Amino acid sequence: MSFINYSSREINCKIVYYGPGLCGKTSNLQFIYNKTNPQTRGKMISLATETERTLFFDFLPLALGEIRGFKVRFHLYTVPGQVFYDASRKLILKGVDGVVFVADSQVERMEANIESVENLKENLLEHGYNLDDLPYVIQYNKRDLENIVSLDEMREALNERGIPDFEGCATSGKGVFETLKSIAKEILMVLKSGIK
Amino acid sequence: MPGSQMIMYEEEYQEISVIINKLLKEANAKSIFLVDKNGQLIASCGDTDELDSTSLASLTAGNIAATGGLAKLIGEKEFSILFHEGEKDNIHLSIIAQRVILVVIFDRKSSLGLVRLRVKKASDSITKIFESLMKRIEDESAAGPESPFAEITDDDIDNLFK
Ligand SMILES: Nc1nc2c(ncn2[C@@H]2O[C@H](COP(=O)(O)OP(=O)(O)OP(=O)(O)O)[C@@H](O)[C@H]2O)c(=O)[nH]1
Ligand SMILES: [Mg+2]
Repeated sequence: MSFINYSSREINCKIVYYGPGLCGKTSNLQFIYNKTNPQTRGKMISLATETERTLFFDFLPLALGEIRGFKVRFHLYTVPGQVFYDASRKLILKGVDGVVFVADSQVERMEANIESVENLKENLLEHGYNLDDLPYVIQYNKRDLENIVSLDEMREALNERGIPDFEGCATSGKGVFETLKSIAKEILMVLKSGIK
Repeated sequence: MPGSQMIMYEEEYQEISVIINKLLKEANAKSIFLVDKNGQLIASCGDTDELDSTSLASLTAGNIAATGGLAKLIGEKEFSILFHEGEKDNIHLSIIAQRVILVVIFDRKSSLGLVRLRVKKASDSITKIFESLMKRIEDESAAGPESPFAEITDDDIDNLFK
């Protein structure tokens, strides 16, 4: 649910990076943080365990520029991917404008990907959202590794709707900005079609 | 989409500013922030320069969301007031009109009792503003999809990522 402020002429949108544990959600935000100039981004907040697993969320605010005289801000959040943090995941989805699903391309994580999409759908429904009506893009991450599922198979398992999808390597940054740009575009297109 | 789109207009913003500035004085507070439950900053006043208000807004919303989850676990609707006590500074959080969070930061120059008392009064006024704001948002969106972004082009979006 974006927030339009006519007084400060700003629009804020919330993007949530979702996906199974260790798929690379935090790495996506870290790469974006490192590659955007300090005027564009705010502080990155990571509420993590001592072993750098996300505990509650990561948060990165970006002020990319202006459209039609309005400052466009995106608030990027990641959820904790570990299964037992489900209550926190649900909370982070509140008020979401668009979801990036980060899939782990490794063969042994395929089941975890599919479970995580199911979990995403359920948690969205609890807020009254339907994933099919929401701006949504997928990133097939860790394409640099050896033991990975083919792109076709990943598409078949995770992208039946034919939404925008990207191959990525969040540690080197491959696909990271393409993914962000795509979800931003999907969200702005919803705004264009009118206030919901 | 569930819930309604949050929009802030100039008029309501001014009314809110007046109320929180008054609260700042009457409660002897250091700074005050009004934050949307989704983590977006709506308004602020007082000593806000040294604080990262975007981070504050996001963490406040996370805090309220987490305690709200706890409340449900024990069968409460929500905890409408939270208080965090520090060595020098304290934070008083209260949920207003079920959808915004009033954050009051104060030190020894004030007291929890005084802040509570003044917050209560200010909350009533802010509730009224939000009630009429929500009605206005509903009316204006029913009047048609008059969005400032109706004319957006692909180029506009590409330009954001230059
Ligand atoms: N080889 C490779 N490693 C990656 C890639 N993306 C992330 N990693 C590594 O995978 C590990 C987990 O990455 P995170 O970004 O912390 O994963 P996460 O999805 O935030 O995990 P949770 O917070 O537990 O949900 C780290 O060691 C990263 O360096 C990638 O594209 N390729
Ligand atoms: Mg993480």
